[in-house]
Amino acid sequence: MIEFRNIEKSFFGVNVLKGVSFTVPPGQTVGLVGENGAGKSTLMNILGGNLPPTAGEMFLNGQPYAPASPRAAENARVAFIHQELNLFGNLSIAENIFIRGFPRKFPWVPWIDQRTIRVRTRQLLEEVQLARSPDTLVEQLSAGERQLVEIAKALALDARLIIFDEPTTSLTSRETDRLFAIMARLRERGIAMIYITHYLAHVQQLCDRIVVLRDGQVVGAGEKAELPIERMISLMVGREITQLFPARNTKPEAEIALDVRGISQPGIARNLTFQLRRGEILGVSGLMGSGRSELARILFGLDPCATGEIVLNGQSLVGLSPRERIQRGLAFLTEDRRAEGLCLEAAIADNAVLVSLPQFARGAVRLVDRNRCRSAVDKIREAVKLTASARSEQPVKTLSGGNQQKVVLAKWLLNEPKVFILDEPTRGIDVGAKYEVYRLINELVARGAAVLMISSEVEELVGMCDRILVMRRGEIRDTVSPHEFDRERILRAALHDGSIA
Amino acid sequence: MRRVFLSEYLVLWLSLVYFAALAPFTPGFASWSNFQTILAYLLPLLVVAVGLTLVLIIGGIDLSVTSIIALASVVGGKIMSSEEGWLAGHALAVPAGLMAMLLVGVGIGMINGFAVTTCRIPAFIATLTTMMFVSGLAIWFTLSRKIGGLPPSFVMLGQKLWIAAVITGVATWLAHVTLARTLFGRWLYAIGHNAKAALVSGVPTARVTFATYVLCGLFAGLASILFTAGLETGNPEMARDNLLDVVGAVVIGGTSLYGGRGRVVGTVFGVLFLALVDNSLNLLGLNFYTVTMVKGGVILAAALLDAMRNKFLARG
Repeated sequence: MIEFRNIEKSFFGVNVLKGVSFTVPPGQTVGLVGENGAGKSTLMNILGGNLPPTAGEMFLNGQPYAPASPRAAENARVAFIHQELNLFGNLSIAENIFIRGFPRKFPWVPWIDQRTIRVRTRQLLEEVQLARSPDTLVEQLSAGERQLVEIAKALALDARLIIFDEPTTSLTSRETDRLFAIMARLRERGIAMIYITHYLAHVQQLCDRIVVLRDGQVVGAGEKAELPIERMISLMVGREITQLFPARNTKPEAEIALDVRGISQPGIARNLTFQLRRGEILGVSGLMGSGRSELARILFGLDPCATGEIVLNGQSLVGLSPRERIQRGLAFLTEDRRAEGLCLEAAIADNAVLVSLPQFARGAVRLVDRNRCRSAVDKIREAVKLTASARSEQPVKTLSGGNQQKVVLAKWLLNEPKVFILDEPTRGIDVGAKYEVYRLINELVARGAAVLMISSEVEELVGMCDRILVMRRGEIRDTVSPHEFDRERILRAALHDGSIA
Repeated sequence: MRRVFLSEYLVLWLSLVYFAALAPFTPGFASWSNFQTILAYLLPLLVVAVGLTLVLIIGGIDLSVTSIIALASVVGGKIMSSEEGWLAGHALAVPAGLMAMLLVGVGIGMINGFAVTTCRIPAFIATLTTMMFVSGLAIWFTLSRKIGGLPPSFVMLGQKLWIAAVITGVATWLAHVTLARTLFGRWLYAIGHNAKAALVSGVPTARVTFATYVLCGLFAGLASILFTAGLETGNPEMARDNLLDVVGAVVIGGTSLYGGRGRVVGTVFGVLFLALVDNSLNLLGLNFYTVTMVKGGVILAAALLDAMRNKFLARG
């Protein structure tokens, strides 16, 4: 179907892809795995016509294939389902599907034939089993439903090859199952697929063949039976990873760091009450929309709460701004790193000192002490093990996801928080970086801080936390203690979400 | 070549090249008296542009700066004028007038800041409406007349170029230090890059944004002092045609309209470049409209150059 032959690509004189070759046979699904920065995205950008390769060739059904633009790739019937979905929220499902070219009533008049569109859209939606009217606005759909619209869009192209780039990141497990069922049907229809993900269990579940990339090279390829998860991991990181979660030697102390009493906000949270002790990692589990992220935003003062009391080390936080809460020792790593975590265009150093900047400002005019700033950045960079190849003046956007997350952590750790709220701290980052994030969290609690860790990955919570709160519909439904961590449930979760996910 | 193209001083080099290229053909371009003319044109413009730079860095815009200059001009005139001033001849006339002119800037800046932060009106609309209201107010206030008879001790501020230069220099330097070295300055860049991330990181975004509009108004008030003193009249249409010059100069100086990027030094070069273009074209005998057209072209070219530079820098 598609063959990559010795694809090379270099940026800034650095070789990102060093002679990548592999084949996707017709009707087969190939899993493409590798750490962030391994070259997966670059390779897919070349396939999609966003970037030209520096050297090498691609063949589509035996024909040379060198798309000059995304449009050319679509014309060759190669479709992408992206991690960040490329849909227009303000347009309807039907309009999104036909955005490339609307059928006209008369060939020479730009009058859109709405009927044809609707009929055709209805057929496509049936194929992807989405029970929605073609006129529904995309912004009214859930993340999972949008994914299905993307697939319908690919089907409208009559795609021969579909690339899925991290399609399950924002899906619930039910939506994920549905997506997989649809992908299985697509495979039966003879559509070739490339599946990119960090969830290695999904790769094992879905793919016929697996290709492992590391540092721009194919370091392993073969049938899925030849590449069990442990093998994939060791190929990805280039060494054997013996443990996924670093050991923690400290126990929670008796002293209460954060006391949350009866937080309520109509439609969002109902009577949330819990206590977080010093040195404790408290997990929060729940589906998207269960109120877990909303809880974090209320605690940090970004969203309002109607009633309730939040007490940090004996001081009430109610009514204080985020800034005042930070001054009292609160920290918040947001779920969406790009929108709320980082100034992507700004330098690594500027991002790293943003929170603690007032500490470096002296005198009445608040002059920033640049030397102290610089040395603080150097120190914290080392502590979070930021990639040594990045200069501190470099924009954050040039870093890989894992390193970007380390910058966010660095920014908060510089302020030595007493209570750290982490919302999805390892979303979209690779195995190695995850381990580093876990290690930093453990170090922080060892210094007496308390951590509230929100995650959709149960495995991660079980591996890291002292207790886990389970939320549903704005309520705490259950509190699970370590000795109650249900092994069967964990195993099942592991089968769905991957043992390293 | 590549180094010059990517240098932060590109606009300064362009200005020098432009000057050297036109000097032989433009009568009087390189003379001492013309140098003074350029300076007199440039100084007040620079003060407004510096204030506007701050607002552009947080990703905002202030279209009301020239209307602030006009209103402050007539308010100052109404207080100080020996012919019709409220404090005509009084010993405190000049200090009171100066204070009032600055306060006009601060007051309108506060209105803009309030509209943008508390009422969450987009800066473009908020300042567009204040501009319309304030420029109307200035004309209504004086019934469209100019106010003469300003006290000599006030007029000196603009007429004696070295005094105007010192005022402008100090104001510009203060803005530079604020932007480059203080906590407040760093916060401006953070807000311009990503206001949401800045808020989560504990930057008091609303307060800082408000203060930025107030500062911009204050700089416009200060510019009004230089304009009014330089022309010896309180004029309700003062600087009316300068708004786009100012925005253009700041953009030529490399400040991004999207926020997060810009420096006071760049603005100095941008104003210098625009002043040279304006002056040389006037010397060549082009009329006002032709000059405007050419300036438009120059600003467009600068924007294109900046876009090319960014593309180039991104590619490395």
